[in-house]
Amino acid sequence: MTARAVEGWTLQPLTDFVREASVRLVLLMTPAGQVLAQFGFSRALDVMSAAALGAAIMASTGELARQLRQAPFAALNHQGQRHGIFLSSLATERGAVVVLAVYDLDVSSLGLVQLFFEQMAEELRAASPKQVSKQVLAEDFERELSESLNTLFGR
Amino acid sequence: MTADVFRQALDLITRVRGVRGAMLVSGDDGLVVAEQLMEGIKGTAVAALTASLAGRLRRAMDAAGVGSSVFWHLQAEQGALLVVPGIGEGGLLVVAVAEPDVNIGLVRLELLRAAEAVG
Repeated sequence: MTARAVEGWTLQPLTDFVREASVRLVLLMTPAGQVLAQFGFSRALDVMSAAALGAAIMASTGELARQLRQAPFAALNHQGQRHGIFLSSLATERGAVVVLAVYDLDVSSLGLVQLFFEQMAEELRAASPKQVSKQVLAEDFERELSESLNTLFGR
Repeated sequence: MTADVFRQALDLITRVRGVRGAMLVSGDDGLVVAEQLMEGIKGTAVAALTASLAGRLRRAMDAAGVGSSVFWHLQAEQGALLVVPGIGEGGLLVVAVAEPDVNIGLVRLELLRAAEAVG
């Protein structure tokens, strides 16, 4: 299983995070759900669903924090019987990057994921380009999405 | 279990000469439950990595058929990490970071007493 990135600057920090934190699945995306890089997903549909759900959760918790007149929550962790889901975001020159990671409880832990998430955040901040990528226009959306999926799955 | 009990347990360990810090770490999550550390020790990193190591060691012990570990002492060039794993999977780990010339026997004794107090 290899990490794949639509935006190359995310690849090395993602690869390091996967190796160090022993996570099973990772998505790096924009707050709008546009995928920048992924590790561990085998189907495009799963990537798109996870990105949409992750972005929606971030938006919901952000709004909840706003209504409580608090700063946005730093991270969200959900632990099940065998897996944990970690969702957080970080600011880069490129804009906010949302990170969704799924880890097995018998090979990793919340502490490890948090620790190496901080390291990845630093690496991403250092590697991010100064300029924001161009906005995707509606007429280009399908083509851009198709190209991104091809890149993410090495087609 | 109160914060006071945790503080008293950590006091047992940190009063030993040569101990630079002590922590109670959740074995499941690798998160710090309580800590008394000198400046310069990255508590969250030590906690996460110690819990990860504890899980792997537990599996190694199981595979070797020698039962659960009771105490570990990792000697490094500039100090030592000493740990008493909690009872059962995911129990609290009692961790001490010490100088290289610390009295290991005494720290071990206090770690075991602290584990009993918080167990």
